[in-house]
Amino acid sequence: MSVSIQQVIDSLRNKYPYAIGEIKTFRGEVSVFVKRELIREICSYLKKEFDFKFIVDITAVDYLGRKTPRFEVVYYLHRFGPDFEENIRIRLKVEVPEEDPKVYSVTSVWSGANWLEREVYDMFGIEFVGHPDLRRILMPEDYEAFPLRKDFDVRNREPSKRSFERALKEGT
Amino acid sequence: MGLNTSPIFGGDGFITTKLSAIANWARKNSLWPMPFGTACCAIEMMGVFASRFDLSRFGAEVARFSPRQADLMIVSGTITYKMASVCRRIYDQMPEPKWVIAMGSCTCGGGPFDSYAVVQGIDEFLPVDVYVGGCPPRPEALIDAVMKIQKKIEMQGAPVL
Ligand code: SF4
Repeated sequence: MSVSIQQVIDSLRNKYPYAIGEIKTFRGEVSVFVKRELIREICSYLKKEFDFKFIVDITAVDYLGRKTPRFEVVYYLHRFGPDFEENIRIRLKVEVPEEDPKVYSVTSVWSGANWLEREVYDMFGIEFVGHPDLRRILMPEDYEAFPLRKDFDVRNREPSKRSFERALKEGT
Repeated sequence: MGLNTSPIFGGDGFITTKLSAIANWARKNSLWPMPFGTACCAIEMMGVFASRFDLSRFGAEVARFSPRQADLMIVSGTITYKMASVCRRIYDQMPEPKWVIAMGSCTCGGGPFDSYAVVQGIDEFLPVDVYVGGCPPRPEALIDAVMKIQKKIEMQGAPVL
């Protein structure tokens, strides 16, 4: 079965008519806006039907002051086709409001999503519901801020210093 | 210190010196570095240990990855606050006397990383003896730093007991 990106989009539209929002194409890259509640279903559908085996990356964007809802969580999915043309990469985007920064975890679909979601949690404070082990991954575990949020000053070293001093005292 | 070959003393010759002087002479010529390499500078430090620059010419080639057996800590690379407590702990585990080289702009003052995670100079939490600037410094610069440490040991020494 040969698969094209158009087929993937069409079948997503048919299967989840209410969950698929805007679809943008820029320089041959396709981004699909997806309803927040259905991200896990859509991911597992794509994996089962179209063999999107590889979760390339999960990341987030903070549109503070530019857009509401404030956050977007972005998923890069990849399919290794038998032919070069069938190597398909698709980008899913989920809008996440500031008041309730939560998304369903996709670790049950790809276990590789585990650390990627932890990184997004660490940097943006977006919680992944159903994640087996949602701890900080880069910053110290008792760190108090979410450094990649736009309202955090990147030069603010105070939270890091506090974690450092605590670590010194406790000897960990 | 002096060489005495007078026949009164048997003619074989011996040296009179102070215990601290001879201990420091030995220390200075057999530094055992603890390489604390966390980033790009560490590659340059490996170059210093390897055959081309060959730190063993200065008696300091025995890189000890156990702090208990080292007396010179070469901090080379970006130190984040998360790593800083580890760095301090390793320093605390080294036996006295001990010396510290801050290698590279990162350890001297944060380098290019003026960010929330990076320590702006390891002298925030470690007593540094020699700073080596550069991003990364040339191996010659690190050799110069080791020679400065040797000079420091020779001039100031360290208590023997
Ligand atoms: S000083 Fe430059 S070369 Fe050295 S660790 Fe920092 S960034 Fe890397």
